[in-house]
Amino acid sequence: MSLHLWIIPLLPLAGAAINGLLGKRFPKAVVDAIALGSTAAAFLYALWVAVQFFRLPADQIPHIERYATWMTAGTFSAEYGIYLDQLSLVMLLIVTGVGFLIHVYSVGYMEHEGGYYRFFAYLNIFMFFMLTLVLANNYLLMFVGWEGVGLASYLLIGFWFLKDSAANAGKKAFITNRVGDFGFLIALFLLIKHFGTLQYDTVFKAVSAYPVETSAGLLTAIGLLMLFGATGKSAQIPLYVWLPDAMEGPTPVSALIHAATMVTAGVYMVARSNAVFDRAPIALMAVAVIGTLTAIFAASIGILQTDIKKVLAYSTISQLGYMFMGCGVAAYGAGIFHLMTHAFFKALLFLSAGAIIHGLGGEQDMRHMGGLRKYMPKAFWCMTIATFTIAGFPLLAAFFSKDEILWKTWASGNHILWLIGVVAAGMTSFYMFRLWFLTFFGEYRGELATDAGHGHDSHDAHGEHGHAGPHESPMIMIVPLMILALLCIVGGWVGWPRVLAGSDLFDHFLDPVFTTYAPAPAATEAVSGHEEERGTEIALMFISVAAATIGGLGAWYLYYKRTDLPARMAAAAGGLYTFVLDKYKVDEFYGAAIIQPIILISTNVLWKGVDTAVIDGAVNESAAGAQDISDGLRQMQSGNIRSYAGWVAFGAAVVIAFMVWRGVR
Amino acid sequence: MVPLSYYLVLSAILFACGVVGFLIKRNIITIFMSIELMLNAVNLTFVAFAAELRALSGHVFVFFVMVVAAAEAAVGLAIIISVFRTRETLNVDRVNLLKL
Repeated sequence: MSLHLWIIPLLPLAGAAINGLLGKRFPKAVVDAIALGSTAAAFLYALWVAVQFFRLPADQIPHIERYATWMTAGTFSAEYGIYLDQLSLVMLLIVTGVGFLIHVYSVGYMEHEGGYYRFFAYLNIFMFFMLTLVLANNYLLMFVGWEGVGLASYLLIGFWFLKDSAANAGKKAFITNRVGDFGFLIALFLLIKHFGTLQYDTVFKAVSAYPVETSAGLLTAIGLLMLFGATGKSAQIPLYVWLPDAMEGPTPVSALIHAATMVTAGVYMVARSNAVFDRAPIALMAVAVIGTLTAIFAASIGILQTDIKKVLAYSTISQLGYMFMGCGVAAYGAGIFHLMTHAFFKALLFLSAGAIIHGLGGEQDMRHMGGLRKYMPKAFWCMTIATFTIAGFPLLAAFFSKDEILWKTWASGNHILWLIGVVAAGMTSFYMFRLWFLTFFGEYRGELATDAGHGHDSHDAHGEHGHAGPHESPMIMIVPLMILALLCIVGGWVGWPRVLAGSDLFDHFLDPVFTTYAPAPAATEAVSGHEEERGTEIALMFISVAAATIGGLGAWYLYYKRTDLPARMAAAAGGLYTFVLDKYKVDEFYGAAIIQPIILISTNVLWKGVDTAVIDGAVNESAAGAQDISDGLRQMQSGNIRSYAGWVAFGAAVVIAFMVWRGVR
Repeated sequence: MVPLSYYLVLSAILFACGVVGFLIKRNIITIFMSIELMLNAVNLTFVAFAAELRALSGHVFVFFVMVVAAAEAAVGLAIIISVFRTRETLNVDRVNLLKL
């Protein structure tokens, strides 16, 4: 039975094509109808597919649809096809669902912007590529989506391309991603070389014949290269630097691409390749370590950021770190679970932040906010739910997912990683509540400073609002917030853990994806229901909730109760404070260590040496040489008939002499 | 009977005269006559070989050459007259419009 899954990615593509090619002449309502209609249709179709999926017999999962052969080269061939299993179904619903909500929100947010149709065409094309990524049935098609979302990301970050910083941020994102893609590509080449194909089912089956590698081998290499690719797309150390800059894009873009969906592509890829990672413990450990380090590193930067979107950006990096941590201890289900809850609460956070920015006419600096609770109560409540969710308060979505990751990390014996994770959770709570208190409580600090020239975000385009003071956003922006808020509250309940009298529903749903090709020993150890372990799990839960509470209380004390303290503490910390404020100078370090040398080499060797001297030189010299020779030969054409005749006679004499010398045949 | 080599030597001398005349003379009419001389030197070679080898094709070729030479003379003289009318000279060194 075919579910005609090709329709799902095609719907947004059609929307993008219509809006992108013809949208300039359409009124806004038509652009809205096309963009929202295609996404809504994709979401509804995805829901229908989900219903059908549950009716499929177990032996038909994964449900693979093959449409056509894409390319054939020797024995290698890749096809257009779709691979639907529990994992891609979850991703499909997240992408279309959250994507649709953000489309709706964008209608309100982008109302006053130029290039309205262009924005929606880009959003739709992003949806198309993301759906291609998650639905592909081979790595090559996945790579198409992988590159495509990078392109969409570039286009949307640089949406206000007249602003230098936005154009540069777009380039930075794209190039940084390309660095990671390089690793991913090499991994694909290795797969082709050793397995002759990139089809998921064939590759996984072939991989499952391999033993678990105790020392570095082929699968470790593939795993590490894939991880490198994932660090680019999912903004992990060392390639996370593009994501904070990506906040130059419009806020809905930050919500859709740089928080909820695209950046999770790396996590999806790692989880999808679980057959490889399960047999490469070294690569798996690298995933966990990188994830954990990123989680705490980004969280520590987030603490001092003053730009509301930058805080959220670092929080995204940090949360993605958690997902990698989960995947890295082979708890892929937990990673994907956190991916899902993160999509809800981070989209909500960004969209609420967008509502605030919109309501303040483009102001993004938290130092100029404050007291907004009075002015925009709806945004306040949505933000409150999101803040409590990300901090991990019990029964909210992230509580279940984050604690599952932390618990799985502890259970896998990586107690140090667990400890770092808990500290990062405390920091998460701290910076989120700092944001919350700075934004909504205290006195509004905006009037004095709004004209300070912070040309952030949509500052200019919002000119018609003037600065009549903060105001609530229109309903079309608030409704998606409310839906997301609801999801933040209930979205985690599908993963209610067994220790709290739940059933780990989400984990069990995803299990087939991760056990089908798992190595034999891993399949048996995945039991965590022992009595003594239940006690530990509950204790760990209390610890992480306590960490979150401490973080929250710290923020309350510093940014609500004693608002004079942070400045004094900053002064006391001195150099360390500015060091963290400057994001550990990582950008500067990359600039000095990588970018400057590349520019120097490119300028002096490649440009002035190879290009100008060798290539241009060869071309110019051959042209000049031809001209010189022609100049000489041209003298022969004197216009003097007798000299011509002389040449003819001379030539005839030469020919005759030659014939006499060689003998006539 | 006169040996073949005599004819050929005579032919070569005539041809060389034609070439030299062509190269050193400035008057177009003289150059034209030099060309005729070369053609007839070749004709002489043809008939000499035809007689020697007892083959008819040599004779036929000579007739062809004569016909072509006659046509060429007609066209060539017409051109010469035309050149003289326009440029008032028959000196080839001054008829050099074809150079770059």
